[in-house]
Amino acid sequence: MSPVERDGVAITGIAGNLGRTLAKILHGRERIVGIDRRPFRGKPKDLEMHEVDIRRNKAEGAFRKGRIKALIHMGIMHDPRMSAEDHHSFNVLGTTKVLEYCVRHGVRKVVMLSSANVYGPSPDNSNFLTEDSPLMASQRFSEVRDLIAVDMYAQSFFYRHPEIETVVLRPVHIVGPHIKNAPSNYLRLPRPWVLMGFDPMIQLIQYEDACLAMAAALRPGVRGVYNVVGPGEVPLLAALRELGRSPVPVPHVFARPLLRRLFDWHLASFPPPELDYLQWGCTVDGSRFVKDVGFEPKHTLRETIHSVAGD
Amino acid sequence: MSLSQKVIEAMRGWTFAMEPDAQTKLSRLAAAQNEFGVDPFGLNLDFTVAALAPMVWLYKHYFRVEAVGAEKLPEGRLLLIANHSGQLPLDGAMIGVACFLQGEPPRAIRAMVEKWVPSLPFVSTFMARAGQVVGTPENCRRLLAAGETILVFPEGVRGISKLYKNRYQLQEFGQGFMRLALETDTPIVPVAVVGAEEQAAALVNVKPLADLLGFPAFPLTPTVLPVPLPTKYHIAFGEPMRFTGRPDDDEEELERKVKAVKAELQSMINAGVQARKHVFW
Repeated sequence: MSPVERDGVAITGIAGNLGRTLAKILHGRERIVGIDRRPFRGKPKDLEMHEVDIRRNKAEGAFRKGRIKALIHMGIMHDPRMSAEDHHSFNVLGTTKVLEYCVRHGVRKVVMLSSANVYGPSPDNSNFLTEDSPLMASQRFSEVRDLIAVDMYAQSFFYRHPEIETVVLRPVHIVGPHIKNAPSNYLRLPRPWVLMGFDPMIQLIQYEDACLAMAAALRPGVRGVYNVVGPGEVPLLAALRELGRSPVPVPHVFARPLLRRLFDWHLASFPPPELDYLQWGCTVDGSRFVKDVGFEPKHTLRETIHSVAGD
Repeated sequence: MSLSQKVIEAMRGWTFAMEPDAQTKLSRLAAAQNEFGVDPFGLNLDFTVAALAPMVWLYKHYFRVEAVGAEKLPEGRLLLIANHSGQLPLDGAMIGVACFLQGEPPRAIRAMVEKWVPSLPFVSTFMARAGQVVGTPENCRRLLAAGETILVFPEGVRGISKLYKNRYQLQEFGQGFMRLALETDTPIVPVAVVGAEEQAAALVNVKPLADLLGFPAFPLTPTVLPVPLPTKYHIAFGEPMRFTGRPDDDEEELERKVKAVKAELQSMINAGVQARKHVFW
């Protein structure tokens, strides 16, 4: 069989750091079809790439050329500086579009990368939130409203299209030396803020482990919503100590207004609701994914923490 | 060694000085700690031993606790159901110390804390490192499934902030603990604490001030702040009570079972109050 005739795996957001890692893992095992509006630097020659915005009808071309058996959708963008409309349009409309293509072209499997952030940090949280916990994050955190919308859309898609195996993965904070999400950026700060008197438990997953989880979810028969956890829980301050950081304790009553000012004046890159993560827990139970898929992270807790700095 | 580490080290020494067996007792407590010295719920054993020191001192020298029945607690998962009082949750701490010092084998118990505790600086961290967990049903189920002993005060805030005139009268009980017991097939042990209800006599509850501060209650005691007086504590652990039935039974059926526990606990409390010679000795 020539490579083009083999059933392919489409990956949205492939040009990002996580996407490239996933491509590396699946390359050779699967015929990969990449979709991203950004160019894929260091793309393997035999990888079919469609440099197109997923919202544009042209993106459907990726599904026409050869048969696509599965889609891994991680084309979700988080940029606190971007306008709410752009954010919403790209994330929610983009997801709707790409799932439509799947229905039209007989894709049998959809793996959606969501996040454990959808539950949101809260003082009332149980220590290990299960998949059926309510998605409360948007109450405090308008920035993740899109993420919840996308997660819920994928859940309704799961019910509307029983012919497609839909998997929604909600991994804990993904960290890595080149990963540019809020938790990784925060853990790289030499003098990060902490809230005085608070030391919540945090969960991290190394970026390669997160990609292995997505790859594992491709297995036929796997469907449903899954939390994905890394090698365990650690107090925030212990993780910062492990990284040799010098945390700056700020009383929580001042921290929010202060960060709001700094963010508005472009002196801080963290939106103020992120402080909730420094005050309360948002830790999840990943045992269902372990039981159903047999997933195990390859990196230890210590390795995972250190991976953020690349040492 | 940082200052806080030195303090923890010194406090640990104090615990061991008061209770030479503490080390062996601790080694018998299975704690699933990772390389960062915490279990998945955030309990740190060194910290817990350090935090025990003032509690053991209060237990032995201040409240001079006399506990009966801790040595015959049944094995495996257990729900301890106790009366709550005293403005500060020292009754919970004393029950915990009794289980640790007199349990056969020694037990580390977890008290289910109020949902507002995680919002308090320092207190939240202290509670978590000492193994105290927010009392959500999901947390309780998980701990019981792991074979742990948990302490629940079904009176909740109604109990701890009760006024002096209501001492030793059990306030309204929630049904949550009974649903949990039925769901997880866990025996219930009633625990009567006598002495705590006089430690900080609340005369009035200043509700507007409580609302303003976001506290569940703001009781005024003769000492203004609820400084506990050195009352003598008597803690009695009762016989295990086993219930069968559906956890989603109608309210009346659950209420009947809750009342059985409440009645047993009330009669244990009454017996304890009658048997003691004096509030302070």
